[in-house]
Amino acid sequence: MSNMEATRSAYGKALTELAEKYPELMVLDADLSTATMTKSFAALYPERFFNCGIAEANMMGIAAGMSTAGLKPFANTFAIFAAGRAFEQVRNSIAYPRLNVTVVGSHGGISVGEDGATHQSIEDLALMRVIPGMTVVNPCDAHEMRFATEALIKHVGPAYLRLGRAPVETVTDTLPDYQFRLGKGVTMREGRDMTFVATGLCVQLALKAAVLLEQEGISARVLNIHTVKPLDEELIVKAAEETGHIVTAEEHSVIGGLGGAVAELLGERCPVPVLRHGVEDRFGRSGKASDVLSFYGLTPEALAEKAKRILHV
Amino acid sequence: MTERELEIIATKARLLLFDAIYTAKSGHPGGSLSCVDALTALYFSEMRIDPKNPDKPDRDRFVLSKGHCAPALYSILALRGYFPESDLKLLRSIRAHLSGHPDMVHIPGIDMSTGSLGQGISTAVGMALAAQAKQMTYRTYCILGDGEMEEGQVWEAIMAAAKWKLDNFCAMVDVNGLQIDGKTSDVMPTSPLDQKFAAFHWNVIHADGHDFEELLSALAEARSCKGKPSVILMKSVKGRGVSYMEKNAAWHGKAPNDAQYELAVSELRAHLAGLEAEA
Repeated sequence: MSNMEATRSAYGKALTELAEKYPELMVLDADLSTATMTKSFAALYPERFFNCGIAEANMMGIAAGMSTAGLKPFANTFAIFAAGRAFEQVRNSIAYPRLNVTVVGSHGGISVGEDGATHQSIEDLALMRVIPGMTVVNPCDAHEMRFATEALIKHVGPAYLRLGRAPVETVTDTLPDYQFRLGKGVTMREGRDMTFVATGLCVQLALKAAVLLEQEGISARVLNIHTVKPLDEELIVKAAEETGHIVTAEEHSVIGGLGGAVAELLGERCPVPVLRHGVEDRFGRSGKASDVLSFYGLTPEALAEKAKRILHV
Repeated sequence: MTERELEIIATKARLLLFDAIYTAKSGHPGGSLSCVDALTALYFSEMRIDPKNPDKPDRDRFVLSKGHCAPALYSILALRGYFPESDLKLLRSIRAHLSGHPDMVHIPGIDMSTGSLGQGISTAVGMALAAQAKQMTYRTYCILGDGEMEEGQVWEAIMAAAKWKLDNFCAMVDVNGLQIDGKTSDVMPTSPLDQKFAAFHWNVIHADGHDFEELLSALAEARSCKGKPSVILMKSVKGRGVSYMEKNAAWHGKAPNDAQYELAVSELRAHLAGLEAEA
C-alpha cells in the first residue's frame, strides 16, 4: 500500500519548503493554523505570517491589499468559511480587481468527519467556480498538492485551493510521466467502456472502482481533474467521445461542482449520458471520516454501481 | 497650497461631480459632496503621489471604502491630472471606464476597487501591513462613511490595524449622520465613534470635514503619531454646497432634474466666483 497523507499536511510542508524560493509568499490565517497546517510556516517565518484572528472577511481584504504591493498572500481558513462566509469578500475584494491572492480552504468536503455539517463544505467548489476569472484547484493527494502549491505561488491571479483533513492514499507519485499543470487533467488509468471524471479524494475511489469493474470485464478510464476551473475541456470531451459514458465523482454536492461543470460542458459539446456522483442535495453529518464517506455513498463499490447503471449492466 | 486654493479646487470638484451625476442621471451626490473636501486635502496636499506614474510602488495609497462616492474621487483625480476632465461626462456609461463604483483595473489612480461597504478598510489595512512587511515608507489613507461603520467587517479591520500598530495608516470617517434610510442614529446608532476607536487602541482626532485648516492639521497629527493607527472623525454635512441637498438623506443616491441641476450649478458657480475674487 502506498503512503497515506492528508493533502493539508502536504500543503503545510510545501509552504515551508517553498518559502525561501518565493520571498513574496505571505501566509495569513484566521486562528486555525494548527488545523490548516500553516503553523510550521508561522514558526519558521514569523515576519511573513499574519494571524488575522477569527475574522475571515477581514483576512480576505487584508490579503487583497497586500497583493497590491507585490506580495503573494495565501489566505487560509476552513473551506466553509473561505468560500462561504467570506464569499463576497473573495468576489469583490479579490476576484473583481483580479488580485494575485490564493484563498485556501482546508477541511473541504465531508471527510472532515466528527465536526459535522456546519464544518463540512459541500458547496465551496461551486461557489468559487461561478466567480469570473477564478482558478479552482482540488488536488487528490499529497504528491499532487506539493506541485499545486508551487504552481499557485507562481500563478498570477485569484485562485482557490481546497485541502482535505483526512489522510488519503498517495497515487500520483507512481504515475509514469506525471506532470502537474494548472488547467490540465491527468489520465490516471486508461479505459474504453466508460470514464470516471474525478477530483480530490474521489480520484482514489474511482481507481478502486475501476479495479472492481475490471473484474467484471468493464474497462473504466479514470481522469483526475485537479483543476475544476479552468476545466480541461479537451481531455473530458475526448473521454466522452471515446468511451461514451461519464460518471463524475467528487466530495461535494452534486450540484454546481465538478459534476455540474462536466454536465454543462458535455451538454454543449458532446452530449453523452452523464451521472453525477457526490453528496446528493443534503447536508453532511458527524461521524468518523470513513463512516461519513460511506454513509453518503463515497465508496469504490457505490461508484462501480453507478458505472454499471450508466452502462445498463 | 493655501486653504483658499484648496477650497477653490473642492468647489470645482463639486461642479464636476454634480455635472457627472446629472449627465449620467444616476449616482450618489449626497455623500460625494460631504467627502470631497477631505479628498481635496489628501490629493492636493497630504499624499505623496505622481499622477504621471499612478502605479509607482512607493506612492501613498488611498482607498474609498464608501465606494458609492466615486463621483467625488473621480472628479478629484481628473483635477489632479490622472485622466481628462471630459471623461467625467461618461460616468456610469457603458462606453467608458468610470464605473458606478471605483475600479482599479480600468481607472488610473484608483488603488482599490470598492463599493461593497465594509470591505475597503480591510484592503487598506492590507496595504499598510504590506508596507510594514516590506519596510516601505508609503502611507495608506481610507475614507469610510459613518453608516458604513455598521458593517461588522469594519470592526474586524479596526482590531487588526491596532494589533499590528499600523501608524502608517489613517482612516477618515465622513460623519454626516445620514444614510439611505434616514438618520444613522435611527437606522443603527454607531456613536460614540471616538470612544469606540479609543477603546480599540487607536489615536482619535476630530476635525470639521469642510475646514481645510482643521483637515490638514489632523492629517499632520496622524502622520506624527507613532505606534498606533489614527482615525480622523470628520464632522460633515451630507450634500454640502448645494442648498437643497444639505442634511437631506433623500439625496443619498438620486440624480437631480434639470431645474435642480441649474440651481445647484448657479449656487456652486457663485461660491466659486466669490472664492476666486478673494484669492
